[in-house]
Amino acid sequence: MKEAAHLIRVAALFVTALLVFLLVRQKVMPATFGQYGHFRGSALEEIRARPIAFAGRPTCEMCHDDQLKVLKTSKHANIGCEACHGPQAKHADDTAAAKPILPDTKLLCARCHEANAAKPPKFPQVLSKDHSGGEACNSCHQPHSPKIG
Amino acid sequence: MEVTRRHLLLLLTPAAAAFLDHRNGVSAAAPESKYKLADHYWGMIVDIAKCIGCGNCVRACSQENAVPSGYFRTWVERYSVPDYPEEHPIVESPNGGMEGFPNTEHKNTKNFFVPKLCNHCEHSPCVQVCPVGATFETPDGLVLVDKTYCLGCRYCVQACPYGCRYIDPHKEVVDKCTLCYHRISQGLTTACCETCPTGARLLVDLKNPKDPVHEILRTNAVQVLKPHMATGSKVYYKSLDQSVR
Repeated sequence: MKEAAHLIRVAALFVTALLVFLLVRQKVMPATFGQYGHFRGSALEEIRARPIAFAGRPTCEMCHDDQLKVLKTSKHANIGCEACHGPQAKHADDTAAAKPILPDTKLLCARCHEANAAKPPKFPQVLSKDHSGGEACNSCHQPHSPKIG
Repeated sequence: MEVTRRHLLLLLTPAAAAFLDHRNGVSAAAPESKYKLADHYWGMIVDIAKCIGCGNCVRACSQENAVPSGYFRTWVERYSVPDYPEEHPIVESPNGGMEGFPNTEHKNTKNFFVPKLCNHCEHSPCVQVCPVGATFETPDGLVLVDKTYCLGCRYCVQACPYGCRYIDPHKEVVDKCTLCYHRISQGLTTACCETCPTGARLLVDLKNPKDPVHEILRTNAVQVLKPHMATGSKVYYKSLDQSVR
């Protein structure tokens, strides 16, 4: 058995190295690493924790039912409120702290309705120069119900 | 001889303890919130025939996610495809399409808009090349970045066949579309879908049997971008022209 002693010494060395590796690994590796795969599991919750900027149409509808009534019967019925009014999560949290500013219709309406060859042909388009001559769109059209007459 | 064996046994005990402790550490991870990863598998449907190139999605994305100016997590391209298939299509995207598009007329072309974003690939090339495990595919079907792990080495930026990644100029780490993970995990839709006036974009949950996605995929000719790369893209395009890459 005496001649096996050197083998046992090598085995002991390996086991010690493994132990050191395991201890270092445990210290260095985040607790949630490997929870869902080869990445830090808690990163998901960190990404989810970001605050929202757009409140979403159902939140707007909770208070603005008068506008909703008009909108629902119009061509614009399916457009989200914040598509035109911009991000309003802060306003939804505290209506006094963040007052939404009404968008400039000359800019806003043209973004969708200015004629462009790449737009679907059935989509209503105008050349604003010929159509209104620089007049604000809402001097004739009501954006929540744009049809005249 | 006796002593050596005893040493070995003595060493094995703390080793086993360390191993068990480590395993406990993993299973005792932070408890999941109400959102269940296993119940969802996210994707998006983009209808080319509905896109009017207004740039609402690009602006909303940049406001929702504080995207640095000049960089885009989603953008819109205007394709002008010549009648002769030998010629390349003309693709324009001034400032990502954020402020809409000029009505440039290219002779004898078919024109349309193509909104683009991260395809949240099932077999993502960007995940495969990350040397530190900072970018990954989640069980609910997203490709995300752990910014505390990212070295900013740019391998993934080159690997993405769709050009969806950029290096955040302030933090010097990679950034990309998260499919508004912070919104969809609380039952909202993404910022781009929320603000799309024509419904050209639709967030879909492939694991929800009631989601309209199943009907749409069954009854429409749907394509993904660069299908020959077998990335398992989950952004499905309706009425996509074959010239789009």
